[in-house]
Amino acid sequence: MGSKRLQNIQGYSFLLPAMLVILVFTLIPIAYAFFMMFFKVDLLSGARTFIGLNNFAKLLDDPKFWASCRNTFRYVLFVVPIQTIVAMVLAALLNSKVKFNRAFLTIMFIPTLTSSSAMTLIFMWLFNNNGVMVNLIDQVFGVRIAFLNNPDLALSVIMMMNIFSTVPHFMTVFLSGLQDIPESLYEAASLDGANAFRKFMNVTVPQLMPITFYVVTMGLVGCFQIFDQAFIISDGTGGPQNSTLTFSLYIYQLAFNSNDMGRATALAFILGAIIFIVTYIVNKWLKADEVNG
Amino acid sequence: MIIMKTNYKSLKIFVYIFLVGYCLLTLAPFLWSILTSFKTTAEISAGGSFFPKEWSLKGYQTIFDSQFPLWIKNSLFVALVTTIFNVLFNTMAGYSLARIDFKGRKVIFSFLLMLIMIPSQVTMIPLYIVISKLGLVDSQWSLIFTTMINIAYIFMMRQFFINFPRDVEEAATMDGLSRFGTFFRVVLPNAKAAIATQSVFMFMGVWNEFMKPLLFISSPDKYMLTQGLNAVSKQFRNATQWDVIMAGAIISIIPILIIYILLNKYFITENNQSAGVK
Repeated sequence: MGSKRLQNIQGYSFLLPAMLVILVFTLIPIAYAFFMMFFKVDLLSGARTFIGLNNFAKLLDDPKFWASCRNTFRYVLFVVPIQTIVAMVLAALLNSKVKFNRAFLTIMFIPTLTSSSAMTLIFMWLFNNNGVMVNLIDQVFGVRIAFLNNPDLALSVIMMMNIFSTVPHFMTVFLSGLQDIPESLYEAASLDGANAFRKFMNVTVPQLMPITFYVVTMGLVGCFQIFDQAFIISDGTGGPQNSTLTFSLYIYQLAFNSNDMGRATALAFILGAIIFIVTYIVNKWLKADEVNG
Repeated sequence: MIIMKTNYKSLKIFVYIFLVGYCLLTLAPFLWSILTSFKTTAEISAGGSFFPKEWSLKGYQTIFDSQFPLWIKNSLFVALVTTIFNVLFNTMAGYSLARIDFKGRKVIFSFLLMLIMIPSQVTMIPLYIVISKLGLVDSQWSLIFTTMINIAYIFMMRQFFINFPRDVEEAATMDGLSRFGTFFRVVLPNAKAAIATQSVFMFMGVWNEFMKPLLFISSPDKYMLTQGLNAVSKQFRNATQWDVIMAGAIISIIPILIIYILLNKYFITENNQSAGVK
């Protein structure tokens, strides 16, 4: 019996630092969030008044909330499918017994190493009104497109940037999954006369399904929380005309520009719920697809 | 048969063209930024050539005359301390969950599994309030304390220790080492590869983090590099001094790039955080 008790003490003492950090910096904030959603909290004075669901009601009447909702969903809808497909295809190509695949991989991984702030500044320079992309398009098509000042295009620059920097990471995840697919499946497909494209569609894609769940889930969670790039490109405003205002950026604005912690937390809760529901639905849908296919 | 062979060959060529193309696409923005950083501001605003007409170090000079070196130091300090804490605490927790048979282990494991699903933005604002209640706003320790552990790496270490040979540990216990002694003298040295993977990704994560410093740090002399870079860009953007901004961006990438070149194998082959879900 003594050794059992010793094991308990040892187990918890090894876990203690991690549990303490989780308690103070994760659990207490979560509990606090559930409480703050229903209050009007002023950041400066610390004054609190209970207002029930008023924070949520105010958000639903708020055009900026709907703008951030539209932008974030548009962003997720474009970025998640594209980055997943590009990462999968690149991984399959790299895995197809090419020479120098290590060199290719090493180069392709570089955008994932780059901080969002450095990457955003680089893309701002490329798509700036005097930038190389604008000049190139001008030379080829004869139109000058002001990407960053145009409300219809500013968000697409952020989309391109995010695809550019997350594809390499997901590509390496797919690569490790590809290495687990038994060679015999491809041999069997060859005997059936399948070409490379058929093999990819009939063997690679279904076999990678569990990895695809992971990549899509991580992609959804990451994309819904998009903040850094939108903040840097618009200098925190979400402009032009709220076109780069995302959920996270609006949370930041509510908390630190309007000093309304209650409404900011309510929006954070909505974001959390959306992430949870969308991830659940997409995973169900992908799983159903796997069973039928 | 011959047709199939040529088909196969042309397919291979297509694959190479595609891969080389994607590599060029990857490098192009960086290359263009490096070239920009060596141009003069006058040349940049005039548009003009691919290579700098005259190579200028003015951008780099301006960067090093600003608070940039201080921000590099701040980021190095915070990233190093955070990485050390993470390696120690995540490894201890992972080891405990994998190897010590204590009461409530399963419950704690599923609890952590649940916590990892909660998006960080949901807790960011209340976390800020906790930090301010603790008097840590505008202190670098706010960044260190809140990033001291990482549940994903606790899982990774747990996975590693589940497959770790038991007899090594048992031999150490026979020699009379306590559990802590065994952990520090026998287990940790044998977990080098997993710890290296964890370290490079933790270091990179802290080095590249933008939102937390933005929320927690307000004095320019305590800025993290990402925050400082953004401040520099705001300062020089209106004067279109993109040479300065690009010099800053390039410098900010270099330390990670050096680690990437030196410890390449830990970045890629073992970069498989999905191991736990398979």
